[in-house]
Amino acid sequence: MAEVSEPTDETLLGELQRAAFGYFLEAVNPANGLIADNSRANSPVSIAVVGFGLSSYPVAVEHRWLARADAVERSLAALRFFRDSDQSGGPAATGYKGFYYHFLDLHTGLRVWRSELSMIDTALLIAGALTASMYFDANTPDEIELRELADMLYRRIDWRWAQGGGETLRQGWKPECGFLHYGWEGYNEAIVLYVLALGSPSHPLEGDCYHAWTATYQWENLYGYDFLYGGPLFVHQYSHAWIDFRGIRDRFMREKRCDYFENSRRATLVQREYAQRNPNEFAGYDEHCWGLTACDGPSDELPDVTGEPRRLFGYAARGVPYGPDDGTIAGWTSLASLPFTPDIALDAARNMQLRYPEMLSESRYASGFNPSLATADHRAWVSPGHFGLDQGIVVMMIENHRTGLIWRLMRECSYVRAGLRHAGFRGGWL
Amino acid sequence: MENVRPPAWRNPQPAARYNLVVIGGGPAGLVAASAAASMGAKVALVERALLGGGCLNVGCIPSKTIIRTSRLYAEMRNAEHYGAQIPADIHVDFAAVMQRMRRIRARISRVDSVQRLSAAGVDVFLGEARFTGTDALSVDGTRLRFRKAVVATGARPDTPSIPGLVEAGFMTNENVFDLTELPRRLLVIGGGPLGCELAQAFCRFGAQTTIVQALPLFLPKEERDAAQLLADGFARDGIEVRLNTEAVKVRMEDGQKFVDLISDDYQSTVAVDAILTGTGRLPNVERLNLEAAGVDCDATTGIRIDDFLQTSNPRIYAAGDACLEHKFTHTADASARIAVYNALALGRRRLSALTIPWCTYTDPEIAHVGLYVREARDQDIPVRTFTIPMHDVHRAIADGEEVGFVKIHVKERTDRILGATIVARHAGEMINEITLAIVARIGLRTLARVIHAYPTQVEAIKKAADAYVASLTRPTSKSLLRRWAAR
Repeated sequence: MAEVSEPTDETLLGELQRAAFGYFLEAVNPANGLIADNSRANSPVSIAVVGFGLSSYPVAVEHRWLARADAVERSLAALRFFRDSDQSGGPAATGYKGFYYHFLDLHTGLRVWRSELSMIDTALLIAGALTASMYFDANTPDEIELRELADMLYRRIDWRWAQGGGETLRQGWKPECGFLHYGWEGYNEAIVLYVLALGSPSHPLEGDCYHAWTATYQWENLYGYDFLYGGPLFVHQYSHAWIDFRGIRDRFMREKRCDYFENSRRATLVQREYAQRNPNEFAGYDEHCWGLTACDGPSDELPDVTGEPRRLFGYAARGVPYGPDDGTIAGWTSLASLPFTPDIALDAARNMQLRYPEMLSESRYASGFNPSLATADHRAWVSPGHFGLDQGIVVMMIENHRTGLIWRLMRECSYVRAGLRHAGFRGGWL
Repeated sequence: MENVRPPAWRNPQPAARYNLVVIGGGPAGLVAASAAASMGAKVALVERALLGGGCLNVGCIPSKTIIRTSRLYAEMRNAEHYGAQIPADIHVDFAAVMQRMRRIRARISRVDSVQRLSAAGVDVFLGEARFTGTDALSVDGTRLRFRKAVVATGARPDTPSIPGLVEAGFMTNENVFDLTELPRRLLVIGGGPLGCELAQAFCRFGAQTTIVQALPLFLPKEERDAAQLLADGFARDGIEVRLNTEAVKVRMEDGQKFVDLISDDYQSTVAVDAILTGTGRLPNVERLNLEAAGVDCDATTGIRIDDFLQTSNPRIYAAGDACLEHKFTHTADASARIAVYNALALGRRRLSALTIPWCTYTDPEIAHVGLYVREARDQDIPVRTFTIPMHDVHRAIADGEEVGFVKIHVKERTDRILGATIVARHAGEMINEITLAIVARIGLRTLARVIHAYPTQVEAIKKAADAYVASLTRPTSKSLLRRWAAR
């Protein structure tokens, strides 16, 4: 009898990437190109997920999972929708000042859940639009229109307004109460937001906004690693899905003789180190099973395997080393560190898949799983369905690791280059 | 009362002129009077209410006393975490809690008693002081003349202007310790140190407690991680945490207080039995007739002083909460010593030379000294932080007190300590080692050579120092050492 051999790294990554991309085909409303936040019934659209979708279509074309014309059609549907959307800023509109509400109705595209006009989610959407515009470069009417639409949507955003008269960008705005109190504080996923806001030829940020934000950074030596602290792993990944930070440095990173790519490598190692130490003694955590980030987890207070009740956080930004941590791991987030730490990311992917195969359905990662809340048959608690953000980052980071496609496209984007320069980045490919 | 305001007390006959008159008998005033007397000066002290001031009577001492009892109740409920059994019937005897608090307050008040001060040679005047000129004041009609004076009148709670609050009734730190019954439902307005400490204590006594804080995090001056850990701790205790929320209206209905809250666009109402406010403090300066003395002051920030604690009248100095941004007992003490030295010994000691630690006595405690990262970066000082989570400290693990961290900030490429934040069960005790290091200019390299008793929680500081030393070893050196070891 022939031995069953383990798939090669290439095969494994190919399967996971294709399965992740499948989410965007299943969750899209073809009529308007909008994509649901998650696969559960009645999920609204997340504009950030649309951004990840727009960035993933070129990957699918490259791998021949999608015909180029099909990808253009899907992209155009979304971009036309946003062009024509209600920008009045009313409680039931789609956006305001070029920004969009975080969650929209999948069919009408209007605001739902009284969600906020979201600066970061708009940035992720626009990053997707610009990715598509860089890839679809043919002189066909559709691709020309696509590029014009992406450009128009980008130029329409009034980033300066989003400062709300303050030093840094605000996190959100609602018609009911104006700007939310929260600003951007400490390192997080917002570099791409600042880069796009600084690169705008129409409404760039005023003052030394980027410096004001980086002044809140914390450079820490933790578990023996010097790094720019950020608790959840996704904050070290999202901006990197679009921007190749290898060798380019802003003032802060020049001072630290590091760059953001190397920083994400160290942040990933800190995540693994935390899992090895496992201070809360959760089941499963070790050097092969790690990854705390924003993800879905159990939300009711349930007894764990030892019978003790635990505090559970539902969908939350879990992080290390201060938590919140309820024993929930996101398998996809360790894989999304593939460009930074290929060896340990692949090791984790293989090990977690072997030990907890239930965290994948149809080869697609669940948002989170929790071995401390195992069922009687020793299967970990698994978040039902799939979330678009998780699938998008998997598609993009595997691609960046294998071919660097998205990085290559965005390195040529004049807005991104201008934004990086305005933020003080120098060196490397810039 | 026998110690801090004896009912039968008669003010002494005043001297023709005092070397120093101290106005205020709180921590700053008591230290100033004692220090001046020990220098041989002729000293008078004027107090309008109780000796000991806010700290002893309505501040640090009573709050820390009830916090200790509340911690014991929390540990009883959490006994299984320590391998013990939860007592069968945990009944909170609130009257006993308050009785213990009063007993301890009375005991400590003996140190601050009128009798002790008099025995030390201080003329104690109980009454209201008002300046009548640049070198004189009156105490209920008695004129006191001085060569120098120190104003140390402290501060009082700032009351938030919420419609209906006054009519419905509310507590501050000045009357919360007079409670005889535990409120069933308590709303705490304000997420500063006082609000946080008492919200947690009352929750642990069994009050259904809600805390509202206008900002997105508690303790807005502290590091984000510290404030986040505190919010997590509150949630574990069962406190209903309402961050980014403002109380906008209070009304009484059927004997209950209904408080309307707004968080961005979300409105809600909570029904409570008592409201406690902790929204800052205002200096006690209005009734002193400072204009007559030529002393500049501001109703919000207090008496204007220079770095030597001298006011706009060169004869008059100020100390403590009446003039300082950092309104702590230990700062009042330190500033009073500076004021007396500068006033009587023609000294030139500076307020800015002080290294001031502070601590919020929640569980975990949050302590800080020196610069925050943001302050250092604002001054263009590059910062490197050495972080030790308490879950890496053996004694903290053994004690079941792993929540928290030690973060020590040093100037990049040096071992010079700029500041530190500690979040730990005993952070207030631990921070003192860092304060000493900063004052004595001891760097992390030296701290790494200091043997710390094992196992202790303060070993976290040693570990941070060790991390600094380890970071100095270059990868090539590590590789050479490994090869040498493998010979």
